[in-house]
Amino acid sequence: MILTLVEQTNGQPDRLSLETLALARRLGSGLGAPVHAVLFGTGARDAAADLGRHGVGVAHVVEHERLDAYAPAAWAAALAQLMSGAKVVLAAGSERGNEVMAHVGAQTGLPMAANCTDVSPRDSFGLVRQRWAGSLLEDARLDGDMRLLTVAPHAVAVEESAGPAATIETFRPELTDRDLRVRVVGRVEAEKGKISLADARVVVGGGRGVGGPEAFGILEELAGLLGAAVGVSRVATSAGWRPHSDQIGQTGLRIAPDLYIACGISGAIQHIVGCKAAKRILVINKDADAPIMGRAAYAVIGDLHTVVPAISAEIRRVRANGAAAGRG
Amino acid sequence: MNILVCVKRVPATGGTIVLTADEQEIDTRYLGFTVSPHEECAVEEAVRIVEARGGTSTVLTLGPAAAEDQLRDALAVGIERGVLLETDGSDWDAVATAGAIVDAVKSQESAAAPFDLLLFGNEAADTGDYQVGIRVAAGLDLPVVIGAKAIEILDGAVRVRREAAGGGWEIYEVPLPAVVAVKEGINLPRYPSVPGRLRARKKEIERMTPERRAGGPEKLRLRLPVEHHQAAEILGSGPDAAPRVVEVLQKLGVIAS
Repeated sequence: MILTLVEQTNGQPDRLSLETLALARRLGSGLGAPVHAVLFGTGARDAAADLGRHGVGVAHVVEHERLDAYAPAAWAAALAQLMSGAKVVLAAGSERGNEVMAHVGAQTGLPMAANCTDVSPRDSFGLVRQRWAGSLLEDARLDGDMRLLTVAPHAVAVEESAGPAATIETFRPELTDRDLRVRVVGRVEAEKGKISLADARVVVGGGRGVGGPEAFGILEELAGLLGAAVGVSRVATSAGWRPHSDQIGQTGLRIAPDLYIACGISGAIQHIVGCKAAKRILVINKDADAPIMGRAAYAVIGDLHTVVPAISAEIRRVRANGAAAGRG
Repeated sequence: MNILVCVKRVPATGGTIVLTADEQEIDTRYLGFTVSPHEECAVEEAVRIVEARGGTSTVLTLGPAAAEDQLRDALAVGIERGVLLETDGSDWDAVATAGAIVDAVKSQESAAAPFDLLLFGNEAADTGDYQVGIRVAAGLDLPVVIGAKAIEILDGAVRVRREAAGGGWEIYEVPLPAVVAVKEGINLPRYPSVPGRLRARKKEIERMTPERRAGGPEKLRLRLPVEHHQAAEILGSGPDAAPRVVEVLQKLGVIAS
Protein backbone atom coordinates (compact mmCIF):
# COMPACT_ATOMS: atom_id res chain seq x y z
CA MET A 1 0.00 0.00 0.00
CA ILE A 2 1.06 3.57 -0.72
CA LEU A 3 -0.53 5.76 1.97
CA THR A 4 -1.12 9.40 1.09
CA LEU A 5 -2.29 12.21 3.33
CA VAL A 6 -4.79 14.22 1.30
CA GLU A 7 -5.49 17.71 2.63
CA GLN A 8 -8.83 19.22 1.73
CA THR A 9 -10.70 22.48 2.11
CA ASN A 10 -14.51 22.52 2.21
CA GLY A 11 -14.77 19.14 0.51
CA GLN A 12 -12.26 19.90 -2.25
CA PRO A 13 -8.88 18.15 -2.23
CA ASP A 14 -6.00 20.66 -2.19
CA ARG A 15 -4.02 21.03 -5.39
CA LEU A 16 -0.73 20.10 -3.70
CA SER A 17 -2.31 16.88 -2.44
CA LEU A 18 -3.47 16.01 -5.97
CA GLU A 19 0.11 16.56 -7.18
CA THR A 20 1.21 14.22 -4.39
CA LEU A 21 -1.30 11.60 -5.53
CA ALA A 22 0.20 11.73 -9.04
CA LEU A 23 3.55 10.67 -7.57
CA ALA A 24 1.83 8.14 -5.28
CA ARG A 25 0.15 6.56 -8.28
CA ARG A 26 3.47 6.29 -10.11
CA LEU A 27 5.01 4.64 -7.04
CA GLY A 28 1.99 2.36 -6.72
CA SER A 29 2.32 1.04 -10.26
CA GLY A 30 6.11 0.69 -9.90
CA LEU A 31 5.81 -1.26 -6.65
CA GLY A 32 2.60 -3.08 -7.53
CA ALA A 33 0.84 -1.56 -4.53
CA PRO A 34 -2.59 0.09 -4.26
CA VAL A 35 -2.83 3.79 -3.39
CA HIS A 36 -4.73 4.64 -0.20
CA ALA A 37 -5.64 8.14 0.93
CA VAL A 38 -6.21 9.52 4.44
CA LEU A 39 -8.46 12.54 4.95
CA PHE A 40 -9.36 14.58 8.01
CA GLY A 41 -11.94 17.15 8.96
CA THR A 42 -15.28 18.50 7.82
CA GLY A 43 -15.71 17.81 4.13
CA ALA A 44 -13.34 14.81 4.14
CA ARG A 45 -16.06 12.47 2.85
CA ASP A 46 -16.93 14.80 -0.05
CA ALA A 47 -13.28 15.23 -0.99
CA ALA A 48 -12.73 11.46 -0.83
CA ALA A 49 -15.61 10.76 -3.22
CA ASP A 50 -13.63 12.17 -6.14
CA LEU A 51 -10.25 10.56 -5.53
CA GLY A 52 -10.77 7.51 -7.76
CA ARG A 53 -9.88 9.73 -10.69
CA HIS A 54 -6.52 10.32 -9.02
CA GLY A 55 -5.75 6.63 -8.65
CA VAL A 56 -6.93 6.13 -5.07
CA GLY A 57 -8.36 2.67 -4.33
CA VAL A 58 -9.32 3.18 -0.69
CA ALA A 59 -9.90 6.51 1.08
CA HIS A 60 -9.76 6.41 4.88
CA VAL A 61 -11.88 9.14 6.39
CA VAL A 62 -10.65 9.78 9.93
CA GLU A 63 -13.38 10.52 12.44
CA HIS A 64 -12.88 11.29 16.11
CA GLU A 65 -14.83 13.57 18.44
CA ARG A 66 -11.60 15.24 19.56
CA LEU A 67 -10.37 15.98 16.04
CA ASP A 68 -12.64 18.92 15.30
CA ALA A 69 -9.58 21.19 14.96
CA TYR A 70 -6.21 20.57 13.31
CA ALA A 71 -3.87 18.75 15.68
CA PRO A 72 -0.58 17.77 13.97
CA ALA A 73 0.58 15.05 16.38
CA ALA A 74 -2.92 13.50 16.41
CA TRP A 75 -3.05 13.46 12.61
CA ALA A 76 0.37 11.78 12.65
CA ALA A 77 -0.82 9.24 15.22
CA ALA A 78 -3.79 8.38 13.00
CA LEU A 79 -1.49 7.96 9.99
CA ALA A 80 0.90 5.81 12.03
CA GLN A 81 -2.02 3.57 13.04
CA LEU A 82 -3.11 3.18 9.40
CA MET A 83 0.29 2.67 7.85
CA SER A 84 1.18 -0.85 8.96
CA GLY A 85 2.31 -2.69 5.83
CA ALA A 86 2.64 0.51 3.81
CA LYS A 87 5.69 0.70 1.56
CA VAL A 88 5.57 4.48 1.29
CA VAL A 89 3.75 7.10 3.36
CA LEU A 90 3.67 10.54 1.80
CA ALA A 91 2.11 13.98 1.97
CA ALA A 92 2.36 17.26 0.13
CA GLY A 93 5.29 19.53 0.99
CA SER A 94 2.76 22.01 2.37
CA GLU A 95 3.14 23.48 5.84
CA ARG A 96 0.80 20.86 7.31
CA GLY A 97 2.09 18.04 5.10
CA ASN A 98 5.70 18.57 6.17
CA GLU A 99 4.59 19.04 9.76
CA VAL A 100 2.50 15.88 9.98
CA MET A 101 5.12 13.73 8.22
CA ALA A 102 7.82 15.10 10.54
CA HIS A 103 5.62 14.01 13.46
CA VAL A 104 5.17 10.56 11.88
CA GLY A 105 8.95 10.36 11.59
CA ALA A 106 9.45 11.51 15.16
CA GLN A 107 6.82 9.10 16.53
CA THR A 108 8.18 6.09 14.64
CA GLY A 109 11.89 6.97 14.60
CA LEU A 110 11.94 6.65 10.79
CA PRO A 111 13.77 9.16 8.59
CA MET A 112 11.64 11.47 6.43
CA ALA A 113 12.70 12.98 3.10
CA ALA A 114 11.09 16.40 2.71
CA ASN A 115 10.20 18.08 -0.58
CA CYS A 116 11.00 15.33 -3.05
CA THR A 117 10.61 16.11 -6.74
CA ASP A 118 10.96 12.55 -7.99
CA VAL A 119 11.20 9.06 -6.57
CA SER A 120 12.30 5.90 -8.29
CA PRO A 121 10.49 2.89 -6.83
CA ARG A 122 13.38 0.50 -7.54
CA ASP A 123 15.18 -1.49 -4.80
CA SER A 124 17.50 1.30 -3.69
CA PHE A 125 14.62 3.81 -3.59
CA GLY A 126 16.54 6.65 -5.17
CA LEU A 127 14.94 10.03 -4.76
CA VAL A 128 15.52 13.62 -5.73
CA ARG A 129 14.79 16.28 -3.16
CA GLN A 130 14.99 20.03 -3.00
CA ARG A 131 17.63 21.93 -1.10
CA TRP A 132 17.64 25.70 -0.84
CA ALA A 133 13.91 25.60 -1.65
CA GLY A 134 14.70 24.16 -5.08
CA SER A 135 17.74 26.18 -6.18
CA LEU A 136 19.68 22.98 -5.63
CA LEU A 137 18.73 19.31 -5.97
CA GLU A 138 19.99 16.38 -3.94
CA ASP A 139 20.06 12.81 -5.23
CA ALA A 140 19.59 10.65 -2.18
CA ARG A 141 18.73 7.15 -1.05
CA LEU A 142 16.18 6.29 1.58
CA ASP A 143 16.61 2.86 3.17
CA GLY A 144 14.09 0.82 5.09
CA ASP A 145 10.90 -1.15 4.52
CA MET A 146 8.71 1.88 4.96
CA ARG A 147 9.63 5.23 3.45
CA LEU A 148 8.32 8.59 4.62
CA LEU A 149 8.43 11.57 2.31
CA THR A 150 6.76 14.77 1.21
CA VAL A 151 6.43 16.04 -2.35
CA ALA A 152 7.73 19.50 -3.27
CA PRO A 153 5.00 21.95 -4.32
CA HIS A 154 4.49 22.19 -8.09
CA ALA A 155 7.20 19.62 -8.87
CA VAL A 156 4.75 16.97 -10.15
CA ALA A 157 1.75 17.67 -12.40
CA VAL A 158 -1.75 16.62 -11.33
CA GLU A 159 -2.92 13.56 -13.28
CA GLU A 160 -6.58 12.74 -13.73
CA SER A 161 -8.06 9.77 -15.53
CA ALA A 162 -11.30 7.82 -15.57
CA GLY A 163 -11.26 5.18 -12.86
CA PRO A 164 -13.52 3.44 -10.38
CA ALA A 165 -14.61 5.51 -7.40
CA ALA A 166 -12.49 5.06 -4.29
CA THR A 167 -13.90 2.85 -1.54
CA ILE A 168 -14.54 5.05 1.46
CA GLU A 169 -13.75 3.60 4.89
CA THR A 170 -14.23 5.33 8.20
CA PHE A 171 -11.26 5.12 10.55
CA ARG A 172 -11.40 5.88 14.26
CA PRO A 173 -7.90 6.36 15.67
CA GLU A 174 -6.90 5.77 19.29
CA LEU A 175 -5.80 9.18 20.54
CA THR A 176 -4.24 10.14 23.85
CA ASP A 177 -4.21 13.51 25.60
CA ARG A 178 -0.59 13.79 24.55
CA ASP A 179 -1.53 13.53 20.85
CA LEU A 180 -3.92 16.44 21.36
CA ARG A 181 -1.62 18.75 23.35
CA VAL A 182 -1.06 20.90 20.28
CA ARG A 183 -4.15 21.93 18.37
CA VAL A 184 -5.68 24.97 16.78
CA VAL A 185 -7.60 26.74 19.54
CA GLY A 186 -8.66 29.82 17.61
CA ARG A 187 -8.78 31.36 14.17
CA VAL A 188 -8.62 34.85 12.78
CA GLU A 189 -10.38 34.88 9.43
CA ALA A 190 -8.80 36.37 6.33
CA GLU A 191 -9.82 39.84 5.25
CA LYS A 192 -13.05 39.53 3.28
CA GLY A 193 -12.74 39.98 -0.46
CA LYS A 194 -8.95 39.98 -0.45
CA ILE A 195 -7.54 37.74 -3.18
CA SER A 196 -5.28 35.12 -1.64
CA LEU A 197 -1.71 35.40 -2.89
CA ALA A 198 -1.29 31.61 -2.75
CA ASP A 199 -4.26 30.98 -5.05
CA ALA A 200 -4.32 34.05 -7.31
CA ARG A 201 -4.20 33.34 -11.06
CA VAL A 202 -2.38 36.63 -11.62
CA VAL A 203 0.13 38.15 -9.21
CA VAL A 204 1.70 41.61 -9.40
CA GLY A 205 5.04 41.58 -7.57
CA GLY A 206 7.14 44.51 -6.37
CA GLY A 207 10.73 44.63 -5.15
CA ARG A 208 13.54 47.00 -4.35
CA GLY A 209 12.78 49.08 -7.44
CA VAL A 210 9.41 50.13 -6.00
CA GLY A 211 11.41 52.34 -3.65
CA GLY A 212 9.01 52.73 -0.74
CA PRO A 213 5.60 51.82 0.68
CA GLU A 214 3.65 54.63 -1.07
CA ALA A 215 4.60 53.51 -4.58
CA PHE A 216 2.88 50.17 -3.99
CA GLY A 217 -0.32 52.11 -4.72
CA ILE A 218 0.31 51.83 -8.47
CA LEU A 219 0.87 48.06 -8.14
CA GLU A 220 -2.35 47.75 -6.12
CA GLU A 221 -4.16 49.70 -8.82
CA LEU A 222 -2.96 47.39 -11.61
CA ALA A 223 -3.73 44.33 -9.47
CA GLY A 224 -7.24 45.66 -8.87
CA LEU A 225 -7.83 46.00 -12.61
CA LEU A 226 -6.57 42.44 -13.25
CA GLY A 227 -8.22 40.73 -10.27
CA ALA A 228 -4.68 39.98 -9.13
CA ALA A 229 -2.96 39.72 -5.74
CA VAL A 230 0.07 41.82 -4.82
CA GLY A 231 3.23 40.05 -3.66
CA VAL A 232 6.71 41.30 -2.83
CA SER A 233 10.34 40.27 -2.70
CA ARG A 234 12.23 39.98 0.58
CA VAL A 235 13.67 43.50 0.36
CA ALA A 236 10.22 45.02 0.53
CA THR A 237 9.29 43.20 3.74
CA SER A 238 12.69 43.61 5.40
CA ALA A 239 12.40 47.35 4.77
CA GLY A 240 8.98 47.30 6.39
CA TRP A 241 7.22 48.51 3.21
CA ARG A 242 4.83 45.57 3.13
CA PRO A 243 3.72 42.86 5.59
CA HIS A 244 5.75 39.67 5.59
CA SER A 245 2.67 37.65 4.62
CA ASP A 246 3.00 39.20 1.13
CA GLN A 247 6.51 37.81 0.63
CA ILE A 248 7.18 35.48 -2.30
CA GLY A 249 10.37 33.44 -1.93
CA GLN A 250 12.33 30.89 0.03
CA THR A 251 11.25 32.23 3.42
CA GLY A 252 7.82 33.31 2.17
CA LEU A 253 5.27 31.85 -0.24
CA ARG A 254 5.85 29.69 -3.32
CA ILE A 255 3.32 30.76 -5.91
CA ALA A 256 2.25 29.16 -9.19
CA PRO A 257 -0.02 31.67 -10.98
CA ASP A 258 -0.74 31.75 -14.71
CA LEU A 259 0.96 35.14 -14.92
CA TYR A 260 3.43 36.83 -12.60
CA ILE A 261 4.15 40.50 -13.30
CA ALA A 262 7.48 41.24 -11.60
CA CYS A 263 8.07 44.97 -11.15
CA GLY A 264 11.43 46.31 -9.99
CA ILE A 265 12.59 42.85 -8.91
CA SER A 266 16.14 41.87 -9.86
CA GLY A 267 15.70 38.16 -9.19
CA ALA A 268 17.81 36.94 -6.27
CA ILE A 269 17.73 33.14 -5.83
CA GLN A 270 15.67 33.59 -2.69
CA HIS A 271 12.89 35.23 -4.74
CA ILE A 272 13.17 33.08 -7.89
CA VAL A 273 12.44 29.85 -5.99
CA GLY A 274 9.16 31.41 -4.88
CA CYS A 275 7.94 32.41 -8.35
CA LYS A 276 9.52 30.03 -10.84
CA ALA A 277 6.43 27.81 -10.93
CA ALA A 278 4.50 30.67 -12.56
CA LYS A 279 3.40 29.71 -16.09
CA ARG A 280 4.60 33.03 -17.49
CA ILE A 281 6.53 35.94 -16.06
CA LEU A 282 6.23 39.49 -17.37
CA VAL A 283 9.16 41.56 -16.15
CA ILE A 284 9.08 45.34 -15.82
CA ASN A 285 12.58 46.51 -15.01
CA LYS A 286 14.97 49.33 -15.80
CA ASP A 287 17.86 46.89 -16.07
CA ALA A 288 17.73 44.75 -19.22
CA ASP A 289 20.44 42.53 -17.69
CA ALA A 290 18.69 41.80 -14.38
CA PRO A 291 18.87 38.06 -13.52
CA ILE A 292 15.07 37.79 -13.56
CA MET A 293 15.12 38.47 -17.33
CA GLY A 294 16.30 34.88 -17.76
CA ARG A 295 12.90 33.77 -16.41
CA ALA A 296 10.79 36.23 -18.34
CA ALA A 297 8.44 35.33 -21.17
CA TYR A 298 7.80 39.03 -21.74
CA ALA A 299 9.66 42.13 -20.66
CA VAL A 300 9.26 45.86 -20.65
CA ILE A 301 12.49 47.78 -20.16
CA GLY A 302 11.67 50.86 -18.15
CA ASP A 303 10.89 52.46 -14.84
CA LEU A 304 7.94 50.76 -13.18
CA HIS A 305 6.81 54.12 -11.78
CA THR A 306 5.84 55.26 -15.29
CA VAL A 307 5.25 51.88 -16.99
CA VAL A 308 2.78 50.43 -14.47
CA PRO A 309 0.44 53.49 -14.43
CA ALA A 310 0.57 53.55 -18.25
CA ILE A 311 -0.57 49.91 -18.36
CA SER A 312 -3.40 50.63 -15.92
CA ALA A 313 -4.47 53.65 -18.00
CA GLU A 314 -4.37 51.57 -21.19
CA ILE A 315 -6.52 48.83 -19.62
CA ARG A 316 -9.07 51.48 -18.57
CA ARG A 317 -9.03 53.01 -22.06
CA VAL A 318 -9.53 49.63 -23.77
CA ARG A 319 -12.34 48.73 -21.38
CA ALA A 320 -14.05 52.10 -21.84
CA ASN A 321 -13.86 51.71 -25.63
CA GLY A 322 -15.22 48.18 -25.37
CA ALA A 323 -18.11 49.39 -23.21
CA ALA A 324 -18.79 52.25 -25.64
CA ALA A 325 -18.76 49.84 -28.59
CA GLY A 326 -21.10 47.54 -26.68
CA ARG A 327 -23.60 50.37 -26.19
CA GLY A 328 -23.31 51.49 -29.80
CA MET B 1 12.40 32.50 31.27
CA ASN B 2 15.27 30.24 30.30
CA ILE B 3 15.41 30.11 26.51
CA LEU B 4 17.42 27.98 24.11
CA VAL B 5 17.66 28.98 20.45
CA CYS B 6 19.15 26.66 17.83
CA VAL B 7 20.80 27.93 14.62
CA LYS B 8 22.65 26.41 11.66
CA ARG B 9 25.66 27.77 9.79
CA VAL B 10 24.93 27.95 6.04
CA PRO B 11 26.68 29.67 3.12
CA ALA B 12 25.29 33.03 2.03
CA THR B 13 24.50 31.95 -1.52
CA GLY B 14 23.19 35.22 -2.95
CA GLY B 15 23.44 34.91 -6.73
CA THR B 16 24.52 31.66 -8.37
CA ILE B 17 25.31 28.40 -6.61
CA VAL B 18 28.54 26.65 -7.65
CA LEU B 19 29.23 23.06 -6.58
CA THR B 20 32.53 21.41 -5.66
CA ALA B 21 34.00 19.01 -8.27
CA ASP B 22 32.87 15.94 -6.31
CA GLU B 23 29.29 17.29 -6.26
CA GLN B 24 29.04 16.77 -2.51
CA GLU B 25 28.97 20.39 -1.32
CA ILE B 26 28.46 23.96 -2.39
CA ASP B 27 31.78 25.55 -3.31
CA THR B 28 32.11 28.05 -0.47
CA ARG B 29 35.59 29.34 -1.23
CA TYR B 30 34.24 32.76 -2.18
CA LEU B 31 31.19 32.83 0.07
CA GLY B 32 30.47 34.20 3.49
CA PHE B 33 28.42 32.28 6.04
CA THR B 34 25.23 33.11 7.86
CA VAL B 35 22.15 31.47 9.36
CA SER B 36 18.67 31.24 7.85
CA PRO B 37 16.48 34.37 8.12
CA HIS B 38 14.04 32.27 10.17
CA GLU B 39 16.82 31.64 12.69
CA GLU B 40 17.88 35.28 12.83
CA CYS B 41 14.29 35.95 13.85
CA ALA B 42 14.38 33.13 16.42
CA VAL B 43 17.49 34.71 17.99
CA GLU B 44 15.83 38.14 18.03
CA GLU B 45 12.68 36.68 19.59
CA ALA B 46 14.71 35.02 22.36
CA VAL B 47 16.48 38.31 23.12
CA ARG B 48 13.18 40.21 23.21
CA ILE B 49 11.46 37.71 25.50
CA VAL B 50 14.36 37.80 27.98
CA GLU B 51 14.45 41.63 27.81
CA ALA B 52 10.73 41.75 28.60
CA ARG B 53 10.50 39.01 31.22
CA GLY B 54 14.01 38.43 32.56
CA GLY B 55 15.86 35.13 32.49
CA THR B 56 18.70 33.81 30.38
CA SER B 57 19.20 32.87 26.76
CA THR B 58 21.50 30.31 25.18
CA VAL B 59 22.34 29.78 21.51
CA LEU B 60 23.29 26.31 20.30
CA THR B 61 24.55 25.03 16.99
CA LEU B 62 25.74 21.75 15.56
CA GLY B 63 28.49 22.28 13.01
CA PRO B 64 32.19 22.72 12.32
CA ALA B 65 34.53 24.72 14.56
CA ALA B 66 33.95 27.74 12.31
CA ALA B 67 30.26 27.75 13.31
CA GLU B 68 31.54 29.60 16.36
CA ASP B 69 31.13 32.71 14.15
CA GLN B 70 27.37 32.18 13.97
CA LEU B 71 27.20 31.69 17.75
CA ARG B 72 29.10 34.96 18.25
CA ASP B 73 26.71 36.74 15.86
CA ALA B 74 23.91 35.71 18.21
CA LEU B 75 25.89 36.70 21.30
CA ALA B 76 26.49 40.10 19.69
CA VAL B 77 22.76 40.87 19.57
CA GLY B 78 22.18 39.90 23.18
CA ILE B 79 22.14 36.11 23.65
CA GLU B 80 24.08 35.29 26.81
CA ARG B 81 25.64 31.86 26.31
CA GLY B 82 26.91 29.90 23.31
CA VAL B 83 27.15 26.12 22.93
CA LEU B 84 28.86 24.42 19.97
CA LEU B 85 28.24 20.76 19.18
CA GLU B 86 31.37 20.39 17.12
CA THR B 87 31.42 18.14 14.05
CA ASP B 88 33.84 17.60 11.16
CA GLY B 89 31.58 19.80 9.02
CA SER B 90 29.92 17.01 7.02
CA ASP B 91 26.13 17.01 6.60
CA TRP B 92 24.20 15.60 9.52
CA ASP B 93 20.69 14.50 8.65
CA ALA B 94 17.65 15.57 10.66
CA VAL B 95 17.53 12.40 12.77
CA ALA B 96 21.19 12.69 13.76
CA THR B 97 20.97 16.45 14.35
CA ALA B 98 17.85 16.20 16.51
CA GLY B 99 19.34 13.32 18.51
CA ALA B 100 22.48 15.36 19.25
CA ILE B 101 20.43 18.40 20.27
CA VAL B 102 18.28 16.28 22.61
CA ASP B 103 21.46 14.94 24.26
CA ALA B 104 22.86 18.45 24.63
CA VAL B 105 19.62 19.86 26.07
CA LYS B 106 19.54 17.11 28.68
CA SER B 107 23.15 17.72 29.67
CA GLN B 108 22.65 21.51 29.77
CA GLU B 109 19.54 21.08 31.90
CA SER B 110 21.22 18.75 34.37
CA ALA B 111 24.10 21.23 34.77
CA ALA B 112 21.89 24.32 35.13
CA ALA B 113 18.17 25.11 34.98
CA PRO B 114 15.65 23.50 32.63
CA PHE B 115 14.71 25.44 29.50
CA ASP B 116 11.20 26.95 29.39
CA LEU B 117 11.24 27.57 25.66
CA LEU B 118 13.27 26.06 22.82
CA LEU B 119 13.26 28.13 19.63
CA PHE B 120 14.13 26.91 16.14
CA GLY B 121 13.90 28.34 12.65
CA ASN B 122 11.03 26.79 10.71
CA GLU B 123 13.43 25.00 8.35
CA ALA B 124 17.14 25.17 7.64
CA ALA B 125 17.98 27.31 4.60
CA ASP B 126 20.16 24.64 3.00
CA THR B 127 18.77 21.15 3.65
CA GLY B 128 15.18 22.27 4.24
CA ASP B 129 14.25 19.16 6.23
CA TYR B 130 11.33 20.78 8.10
CA GLN B 131 11.66 18.42 11.05
CA VAL B 132 14.52 19.02 13.48
CA GLY B 133 12.39 21.05 15.93
CA ILE B 134 9.62 18.46 15.82
CA ARG B 135 12.04 15.57 16.40
CA VAL B 136 13.71 17.41 19.29
CA ALA B 137 10.29 18.02 20.85
CA ALA B 138 9.46 14.33 20.54
CA GLY B 139 12.82 13.37 22.05
CA LEU B 140 12.17 15.64 25.04
CA ASP B 141 8.44 14.86 25.19
CA LEU B 142 7.51 18.52 24.72
CA PRO B 143 4.69 20.12 22.72
CA VAL B 144 5.81 21.80 19.49
CA VAL B 145 4.27 24.50 17.30
CA ILE B 146 5.83 25.42 13.96
CA GLY B 147 5.32 28.33 11.56
CA ALA B 148 5.17 30.91 14.38
CA LYS B 149 4.59 34.49 13.18
CA ALA B 150 3.84 35.78 16.69
CA ILE B 151 4.70 34.46 20.15
CA GLU B 152 3.03 35.62 23.34
CA ILE B 153 4.28 34.30 26.67
CA LEU B 154 1.43 33.70 29.11
CA ASP B 155 1.51 32.43 32.66
CA GLY B 156 3.02 28.94 32.20
CA ALA B 157 2.00 28.75 28.56
CA VAL B 158 2.81 30.17 25.16
CA ARG B 159 0.34 31.42 22.55
CA VAL B 160 1.46 31.19 18.92
CA ARG B 161 -0.06 32.74 15.82
CA ARG B 162 0.56 31.06 12.49
CA GLU B 163 -0.61 31.87 8.98
CA ALA B 164 -3.45 29.62 7.80
CA ALA B 165 -3.15 28.07 4.34
CA GLY B 166 -6.14 29.88 2.84
CA GLY B 167 -5.38 33.25 4.49
CA GLY B 168 -6.07 34.40 8.03
CA TRP B 169 -4.44 33.04 11.15
CA GLU B 170 -4.45 29.95 13.35
CA ILE B 171 -3.93 30.31 17.09
CA TYR B 172 -2.20 27.66 19.16
CA GLU B 173 -1.72 27.64 22.90
CA VAL B 174 0.51 25.12 24.65
CA PRO B 175 1.90 24.75 28.16
CA LEU B 176 5.57 25.54 28.83
CA PRO B 177 8.12 24.10 28.46
CA ALA B 178 7.58 23.94 24.72
CA VAL B 179 9.34 23.99 21.36
CA VAL B 180 8.43 26.70 18.84
CA ALA B 181 9.75 26.95 15.27
CA VAL B 182 9.54 30.52 14.00
CA LYS B 183 9.27 32.05 10.57
CA GLU B 184 10.77 35.20 9.18
CA GLY B 185 8.39 38.11 9.68
CA ILE B 186 7.77 37.42 13.38
CA ASN B 187 10.03 40.41 14.11
CA LEU B 188 12.65 42.60 12.48
CA PRO B 189 16.03 41.43 13.83
CA ARG B 190 18.28 44.18 15.20
CA TYR B 191 21.82 44.81 14.00
CA PRO B 192 24.61 44.09 16.48
CA SER B 193 26.10 47.16 18.18
CA VAL B 194 29.87 47.67 18.34
CA PRO B 195 29.95 47.08 22.14
CA GLY B 196 27.80 44.00 21.50
CA ARG B 197 30.36 42.68 19.02
CA LEU B 198 33.22 43.33 21.43
CA ARG B 199 31.39 41.60 24.28
CA ALA B 200 30.60 38.64 22.05
CA ARG B 201 34.23 38.26 21.01
CA LYS B 202 35.35 37.82 24.63
CA LYS B 203 32.73 35.29 25.64
CA GLU B 204 33.58 31.68 26.30
CA ILE B 205 31.93 29.20 23.93
CA GLU B 206 31.06 25.88 25.49
CA ARG B 207 32.09 22.97 23.25
CA MET B 208 30.65 19.48 23.27
CA THR B 209 31.30 16.49 21.02
CA PRO B 210 27.97 15.12 19.83
CA GLU B 211 27.23 11.46 19.27
CA ARG B 212 26.00 10.72 15.75
CA ARG B 213 23.02 8.42 15.32
CA ALA B 214 22.10 6.61 12.13
CA GLY B 215 19.32 8.33 10.22
CA GLY B 216 18.62 9.13 6.60
CA PRO B 217 18.10 9.86 3.78
CA GLU B 218 21.65 9.31 2.53
CA LYS B 219 22.97 12.07 0.28
CA LEU B 220 24.47 10.72 -2.97
CA ARG B 221 25.24 13.93 -4.81
CA LEU B 222 24.08 17.48 -5.35
CA ARG B 223 23.22 18.99 -8.69
CA LEU B 224 21.82 22.19 -10.08
CA PRO B 225 18.33 21.96 -11.55
CA VAL B 226 18.10 22.19 -15.32
CA GLU B 227 16.56 25.57 -15.98
CA HIS B 228 14.65 26.32 -19.12
CA HIS B 229 15.85 29.81 -19.72
CA GLN B 230 14.17 31.56 -22.56
CA ALA B 231 14.77 34.76 -24.39
CA ALA B 232 12.08 37.17 -23.22
CA GLU B 233 9.92 38.82 -25.82
CA ILE B 234 10.68 42.51 -25.33
CA LEU B 235 7.40 44.39 -25.48
CA GLY B 236 9.01 47.82 -25.56
CA SER B 237 10.66 50.48 -23.48
CA GLY B 238 9.01 52.79 -20.98
CA PRO B 239 5.32 53.73 -20.84
CA ASP B 240 5.00 53.50 -24.64
CA ALA B 241 5.01 49.72 -24.23
CA ALA B 242 1.60 49.81 -22.50
CA PRO B 243 -0.54 49.01 -25.59
CA ARG B 244 1.63 45.96 -26.39
CA VAL B 245 1.39 44.81 -22.77
CA VAL B 246 -2.39 45.07 -22.89
CA GLU B 247 -2.47 43.06 -26.14
CA VAL B 248 -0.47 40.33 -24.42
CA LEU B 249 -2.79 40.42 -21.38
CA GLN B 250 -5.72 39.97 -23.78
CA LYS B 251 -3.98 37.15 -25.65
CA LEU B 252 -3.34 35.37 -22.32
CA GLY B 253 -6.98 35.82 -21.33
CA VAL B 254 -6.04 37.88 -18.27
CA ILE B 255 -8.32 40.66 -19.46
CA ALA B 256 -11.19 40.46 -21.93
CA SER B 257 -10.38 41.35 -25.53
